[in-house]
Formats: sequence, structure tokens, C-alpha cells
Amino acid sequence: MSLLESLLMRQETLTPVYVRISHWINAIAVILMVMSGLKIYNASPVFNFLIPRSITLGGWLGGALLWHFAVMWLLVFNGILYLFANIYSGRMKKKFFPIRATELVNDFIDSLKGKLTHDDLSKYNSIQKLAYLAAIADLILIIASGLVIWKSVQFPILRELLTGFDHARVIHFLAMCFIVFFLFIHLIMVALVPKTLLIMLRGR
Amino acid sequence: MSEKKRIFSPHEKEIIKDIHKELEIPSRRMFGKRLLSLGAISMLTGCSLDNDESIESALMVISRFNDKVQGILFDPNRLAPTYPASMITKPFPFNAYYDESEIRPNPENFKLKLSGLILDKKDWSLLELMALPQTSQITRHICVEGWSAIGKWGGVRFSDFLKRIGADTSAQFIGFRCHDDYYTSIDMATALHPQTLLSLTYADEVLPAKYGYPIKIRIPTKLGYKNPKYVKEIFVTNVNPGGYWEDQGYNWFGGS
Repeated sequence: MSLLESLLMRQETLTPVYVRISHWINAIAVILMVMSGLKIYNASPVFNFLIPRSITLGGWLGGALLWHFAVMWLLVFNGILYLFANIYSGRMKKKFFPIRATELVNDFIDSLKGKLTHDDLSKYNSIQKLAYLAAIADLILIIASGLVIWKSVQFPILRELLTGFDHARVIHFLAMCFIVFFLFIHLIMVALVPKTLLIMLRGR
Repeated sequence: MSEKKRIFSPHEKEIIKDIHKELEIPSRRMFGKRLLSLGAISMLTGCSLDNDESIESALMVISRFNDKVQGILFDPNRLAPTYPASMITKPFPFNAYYDESEIRPNPENFKLKLSGLILDKKDWSLLELMALPQTSQITRHICVEGWSAIGKWGGVRFSDFLKRIGADTSAQFIGFRCHDDYYTSIDMATALHPQTLLSLTYADEVLPAKYGYPIKIRIPTKLGYKNPKYVKEIFVTNVNPGGYWEDQGYNWFGGS
């Protein structure tokens, strides 16, 4: 390999620019949706607890609703553009599939031993593949259950699929919990492998 | 601008020097850092964002856009689900912008007033309204807060009533004024929806005081705050009349 070639290799982006932009838009949208959503939750809690005011957004229910129903467009259209570009370019298939059960078990055992390495950052290990796909699926579930809560009369099939308005609220909340859990683990992993943060910022 | 410059520029260098001096003291530097991180936290929690008028007006623009989107999504023929009597929520919750001890039902000799783009604006007594063909349905009341409850409302189909009084159904809005000073308004498409009722009964009995005696507009395709109680006047207009909560920031369309 010539010096020039290796330099070119170094310059090659691991994460295309559209992925980086949509990642950060998604991050902002999810955080704003969670914070305003928690304020809305407090107006009529599904469960037996309230969310501390300090981590909610909007000031009062009306303000939180304004935020929630504004940022939802950002979340949805950013998500659609990301999925479209990711699937159409073939990146989805290349980076996320296949996920093999044996690899998952091995990677999981390695991670418990602290041996799961991140030497080759151009490839996702099987746990990463599963985690990112789960986050995408969870966001789709959040949007679907949100649609049922927002427009339960206008989306009857979706409403019946999620077994009614009240259940859609519980699903919406639990799906939110999952994405927050994902975010928590995601941030820990970024702290353990800080180079990934650089990659998500500058692409390499 | 020039005024400002004249006041501040002579001191500029001194101020910068002072700041540098201050920053050399470690505790000061820490304070500065904390101030910055506090700013970041307030950004995150929205404490400062909430008070920002430009952000608020941007959010209101999107809320008006959401009105339009909901108007498009609204299918005039799609019915809200109905439920068996066994699923009715008991007791059905009281809800208003005030406490249940402060309810203000209309007086016994009440007459419904009509105004705006209506041909026959004569007042209607409760008995006259009850003499019109009645219908009833068991539907889910969904509150903007997130809770919901199932109840049975009966009364006059609102579209029938609008035709009977010669309302201009090509107008855009129907406004409601209530005896408890509540007010709200809806789009004409929703007013003409087959499940929208000029409701006179709850659970087959004359509307109790706490559920809006003598008239509640029951709209199962809208959130609770778009279902006014204690209605004393109905008007048809092309100027959006807003609403008690809507004027404070709740979405105007408020559709379900």
C-alpha cells in the first residue's frame, strides 16, 4: 500500500455526513421530546409517581404541549430522511446485517469479561447492531403510539393494533423509558470509547 | 447605539482589566465556570427558553400549522369508537378550570341565545330543545391532560340543529359562550360531524349541574376543552373566536 493510498484510507469517512447530521438532530429532538413529554406526563400520571419539575420542559402543560407537538415534526421528518437515505444507499444492510445469534452470544460473553474490543470502528459488533436497530424500532413505536394518543379517532387501525387509547399511553411511556435507557448506555459507551464521538462529529 | 458606545467605550479597557484580575482569583474562576454550566442547564431545562418570546411565537406558529394538519387529517365520516354501557366510567370525573364547589349552572328559566351568521336567531328554551329529535351515544372523553373516561351523552344532533336554525354552514367557525365565563370554538367540519351533539342528557337524565346543565356540546372527535358545558350562546362566524384555554396556548383545533 502506497503512502498516498494509506492517506486516502485515513481520510475516508466512516460515518457519512447525512448520518452525522441526522444523528445530532435526532439527539436534540429526542431530548426535547422526553423533557416536554415528562411535563405532559405530570398532568395526569400513568404510574404512581411524578417527574421532578427540574427535568421537564415547557413550564406548564400548555407550554409542554407546544414544545412536544412542534419538535415531533423534527423527530419524524429527520427519522424518515435518515431511514430513506440509510436504506436506499445500502448502508443499512451493510452495517446492520446480518446479526447472528452465535455472534451475539459470543460478543455478550466477551463484553461481560471486558474483552469486547472496538479496534475496528468501521464495523459494528453484533451488540451494537442490535442496540441501534432496537433504538430505531423503539423510536418508530414511540411515533406510532404518539399518533394514537394525538389522533386516536383518525387512526383506528393503529389504535386497535396498540389495543386502545389508554394502552397507547402506557406503550408511549415505556418506549420513552427504553430510549432513555439506550441513551444512558450509549453515553457510557462513548465515554469508554471516546474516539466514536469524534467519528460522529467529523466522520473519521 | 451611538449613545451606548459613548457611555461604554472609555471604560472598555478598564473593565477587561478588572475581569482579568477577577478571573485570576481561583474561586472567581470557579464561579464563572459554574455560571456557564448553569446557563447550559437552564438551556436544557428550558427555564430561560420558556420566557423567550421569540421561541414562544415560533411555537405558536407551529401550533397554527398543526391546526391545519389536523383539519386535513379530520375525516368527516370517520366515527369515534362507541362502547357498551358496561364500560361507562363511574363516577364520571368532574373537570373545569375551577373547583367542583364553584360550579355555575345556568338558571332554571334559561334560554339558549343564537347570534352571528344564522337566519333564525330566536331563543331556545330547554323544553323546546328537548322536543327536537334526540339521539345518544356512549363515547370516550379524552382530556388534554391524558386521562380519559367513557360516558353516555344524549341530545340533538348538532348538524340537525344548525340546519334547523338556518346556520350558514359555509362559515368557518362556531363559537360557544358559557354561563361560567368559559368560551371555546370549533371548525365547521367538526360541527357537522354526525357524532357532534347539542347534549341535554348524561346517562339518560337531564344534564346534572356538574356536567353542564342544561347544555353541553359533546364532540367525541375533540379533546375535553373543546366540549363546552353550561352553554348559553352559540354563534356562527368567519373570525376565529379562540377559547379560554386556546388563548393561553392550548392547540386550537384540539382534535382527537
